[in-house]
Amino acid sequence: MKRTLRYILFYSALIGLWALLAKLQVWPPYIFPTPWGVAETLRSGFADHSFWIAIGVSMRRMLIGYGISVVLGLVLGLGIASSKFLEQTVGGLLVSLQSLPSICWLPIAVLWFGLTEKAILFVVVMGSLLSVTISMETGRKQLPKIYNMAGRNLGARGVRLFWHVTLPASLPYIVTGLKQGWAFAWRSLISGEMIFVTLGLGQLLMMGRDLNDMSQVIAVMILIVALGYLVDGVFFRTIERRLQQRWGLATAA
Amino acid sequence: MTQSLRKPLVSAERRTAHRSAASHRVELAAGSIIERRLGVPKLRLRNVSLDYATNSHHRLIALKDINLQVQPGEFLCIVGPSGCGKSTLLHLIAGLHQQSSGDVLVDNKPVQGPGTDRILIFQELGLFPWLTVAQNVEFGMRMKNVAKPQREAKVREYLRLVHLHQFKDSYVHQLSGGMRQRVALARALATEPDVLLMDEPFAALDAQTRDLLHDELERIWAETRRTIIFVTHNVREAVRLGDRVVLMTFRPGQVKREYKIDLPRPRHLEDVHVAGSARDILNDLREEINKSIEEEYGLEAHA
Repeated sequence: MKRTLRYILFYSALIGLWALLAKLQVWPPYIFPTPWGVAETLRSGFADHSFWIAIGVSMRRMLIGYGISVVLGLVLGLGIASSKFLEQTVGGLLVSLQSLPSICWLPIAVLWFGLTEKAILFVVVMGSLLSVTISMETGRKQLPKIYNMAGRNLGARGVRLFWHVTLPASLPYIVTGLKQGWAFAWRSLISGEMIFVTLGLGQLLMMGRDLNDMSQVIAVMILIVALGYLVDGVFFRTIERRLQQRWGLATAA
Repeated sequence: MTQSLRKPLVSAERRTAHRSAASHRVELAAGSIIERRLGVPKLRLRNVSLDYATNSHHRLIALKDINLQVQPGEFLCIVGPSGCGKSTLLHLIAGLHQQSSGDVLVDNKPVQGPGTDRILIFQELGLFPWLTVAQNVEFGMRMKNVAKPQREAKVREYLRLVHLHQFKDSYVHQLSGGMRQRVALARALATEPDVLLMDEPFAALDAQTRDLLHDELERIWAETRRTIIFVTHNVREAVRLGDRVVLMTFRPGQVKREYKIDLPRPRHLEDVHVAGSARDILNDLREEINKSIEEEYGLEAHA
């Protein structure tokens, strides 16, 4: 209760300050937009469906790109974790590649695929694949050996051992990896869309710039943050918390 | 008394004489005597050795020429200083590791990998935190494709046996240490193994809980008639529980001596006789502990 109150107070103060500065007209509105201007842009954007379309397009790209990352990352990560050779070769390469900002893959993507949907998916995959793979690998390695031993001891073998023991035992690590991968994929997507123009939230953001429409810039930024928060902070955190509670890792929430 | 303990007792007369004279009855039981007296052993270790490379130059001999026989329904305790390979020995019997040489025979058949006829209760238990108590107990039966109604009946039976039935839907982290021990025990028993291997299961518990679990284990052993091999570093616990106590040496792990414990059951940790027997074994153990300390210090000095 106290926490909710604090949130409300903080954000009302923030918006109040914003409104005050806008009202005083310290800067012209094309540099410093008003809260009601942004609110109006948001309303009309949703009303004429342009925001819905952009969200739909971006989310579709996320689902495809991120989906590919997750599947590849799972296979790669588990593979690397189970082989010393792969760990030293491919694993090392992946760690060094991770220092590359995902947008650096855009030139390759454009040269290979042209200005197509495939190019943007490529950027999303490259942006999140590495982090999914690496966290999958570390998760698999951190997994206490005792569970697999206990499983074998109780008669589990092969696929059943993997399905009934290894997989559930690594679930907390896997979810952390998925969450991190999502955050990376989201950032890559938006930056990709900003540079390269075909629909999506990133493009909408750049359109705001091109039209000198500061309200739209801020409105789209708010949308990006809100969507990111919704998936990351609400969806993934809920799963994570449930898992931790059940596993007994969390202190009472 | 201590003197007679230090030498193997060869003749039967001396054994009888010794037994009647002893204030507390600890005696040495050479493997051959037991073999002659009883039928086919449940478990038999023949010249079992295990060594592995610690680095490219050095090989560690963990176990050396272990010879041991365990009779069906026997409660055998293994004591030794830490690092003597007693846990490793249990892993070999469980089939989780492979010995370098020698044979591990169960019912005269060599052990090939893990099997539900031998269940190991790990020191860290290894209960599955993503499953409820009942699902943990059920796990081994599920892997054996036992039908659901039968599984449920067994889960009920074994959870009753360890007095945990009302906690069947709890998760592991919601239970106390002693309760977790009992879940592990129920999970192991539910697969109905012939041999129960226990690796210092009560080491991390407080004294009262341990006392209680000793009583429960003794009762369950009496009710289910399983063969139990119980590893501990606590000599008094070994004497409290075992029909026989095997003392292992420090690196390489070898059987140093065996002691037959003929004290009447139920026993208690505080019994004078338990304490007395424990003292004699402890004297022998102390040598090994000293050796292990010397070696650890020696290694540090060289490092």
